[in-house]
Amino acid sequence: MTGPLAWIDARLAINPELADRVLTGFIGNELGRYGFERAVVGLSGGIDSAVACILSARALGPKNVLAVRMPYRTSSPESLEHAGLVIEKWGIQELTVDITDLVDPLFDRFQDMDQVRRGNVMARARMIVLYDQSAAFRGLVMGTGNKTELLLGYTTLYGDSACAINPNGDLYKTQLRQLAAWLGVPAPIIAKPPSADLWQGQTDEGELGFTYEQVDRLLYLLVDERYTPEDCLAAGFDESFVRQVLARVRATHYKRVLPPIAKLSNRTVGVDFLYPRDWGT
Amino acid sequence: MTHCRLALVQMDTVLGDVEANLARHLNWIEQASEQRADILVFPELSLTGYRLMDLVPDVARQPHPDDPAFGPLFEASRQLDLVVSFVEEDPRHRYYVSAAYLSGGELVHLHRKVYLPTYGLFEEGRFLDWGDQIRAFDTRFGRLGLLICEDFWHVSPPYLLWLDGAELMIFMSASPSRGLSQADQLGSAVWVERVNQTYASLFTTFVAHTNRVGYEDSLRLGGRATVFDPDGELVASGPQEGEGLCLVELDLAQVRRTRLRLPLLRDERADWVRRQLDHILGEPGSWQPEEPDA
Repeated sequence: MTGPLAWIDARLAINPELADRVLTGFIGNELGRYGFERAVVGLSGGIDSAVACILSARALGPKNVLAVRMPYRTSSPESLEHAGLVIEKWGIQELTVDITDLVDPLFDRFQDMDQVRRGNVMARARMIVLYDQSAAFRGLVMGTGNKTELLLGYTTLYGDSACAINPNGDLYKTQLRQLAAWLGVPAPIIAKPPSADLWQGQTDEGELGFTYEQVDRLLYLLVDERYTPEDCLAAGFDESFVRQVLARVRATHYKRVLPPIAKLSNRTVGVDFLYPRDWGT
Repeated sequence: MTHCRLALVQMDTVLGDVEANLARHLNWIEQASEQRADILVFPELSLTGYRLMDLVPDVARQPHPDDPAFGPLFEASRQLDLVVSFVEEDPRHRYYVSAAYLSGGELVHLHRKVYLPTYGLFEEGRFLDWGDQIRAFDTRFGRLGLLICEDFWHVSPPYLLWLDGAELMIFMSASPSRGLSQADQLGSAVWVERVNQTYASLFTTFVAHTNRVGYEDSLRLGGRATVFDPDGELVASGPQEGEGLCLVELDLAQVRRTRLRLPLLRDERADWVRRQLDHILGEPGSWQPEEPDA
């Protein structure tokens, strides 16, 4: 990338070997603390789930990872093939569960559903399949959402955002691409436009209205470097873009926190009953 | 006796389980004894784990031979000197991040962490109380000082230990590593190593540091024990990853040799510093920025 903002790309550059070491350690240690040795990953054919799947395989061994492909009848056949490339290359366990029969009855019942509602239903149906496989396979569900997605709230609550642990969530999309390349994720997966594939022709960048390269630079300055919006304008960002992204981060914050519980007692779950997740492990 | 074999442990813990962690301590003590260590240093909150939150009162102990967790440690300190870290409950039910130096079956020194990080990912000040004393203390090897993690992120505690005569500063951390870039190490680890080296150089003293390893919730604790000599040279380091012992033979007489060459402590004008501090702190507006006139 070039242009006046290209200097930020150097700050977004990562040491992928170090990231891999921290993240595979995280997966192995955290699953071990909860008494698990296995993981379940919804493998979409995209870059994020490929990275989560490969990191899990590196941490736990490929036989301890179940990659679940969950196409809908309109899903791109390419998605299935790309997921297959990862499964084959790393020797990961595989299961394909078509969700058409699971979601079509609801679509038939509510014929006026727009594509966003339908997309959310599909994302949540996939969550149901993954959590069922979690019990069947005795493995925990790995999160695949990256930092860009989390900050923009570009995710379905209790759908693709549902997981036991998330190794990807502190890497921006453009950083995740660096890790993916280092891990050896097949080139077609890295090269194609990111898409949730919830409807035909959907792309993340088309729906969001900006590219990951653009927004990662801005989010990095705002979130990691604590630039004020005014600092970002001075750095050369377009004002409407900065306002749009900030509004989106604020509007989707509810997706990044647990639902508030109304306080009545002296000690309330989530408010002042505060224990680490790894309690006693 | 100025020579000592110093052992630093990089270890993982069971979060909130003192009994399980005591068993791990005894195991490390056995390994260090086999390697003829004189002093064995455990990392911050080695008896409890780090991210305790509301577990603090449940895991708190008193550094006393009658305490079930401390009894075996007091006993083991007859073999080799031990530095262990734990949550301490005082008689008024205040809780501290503390470190005890045990030797010959006795408590030689107790340090309570004076700086509790309560910003960013840290929330220690919410659950724990602040220590208020920094002192060096005498051991059979020389004069030592203990600091815990955030204590040495501020320059004043090492400075005070220096003035109080510490020849070997022992730092203990449970430092969550953070700051990914293109570099070979995460930013926080680089920073810690740099300041350790700086203190050894500026204070012409030995600086030994050990750090927890393992993961707690989202956090990775980075390990990498180091020992710098009074010339600021790295003389030992632990494994880059995972658990392990870092063992080094130290000759504390090197402090004398370095200080003859570089008499920074002799020339330090501590009284003048105090007067300057009194002046700075006493002047309205000199410590906190003055409110502009309305």
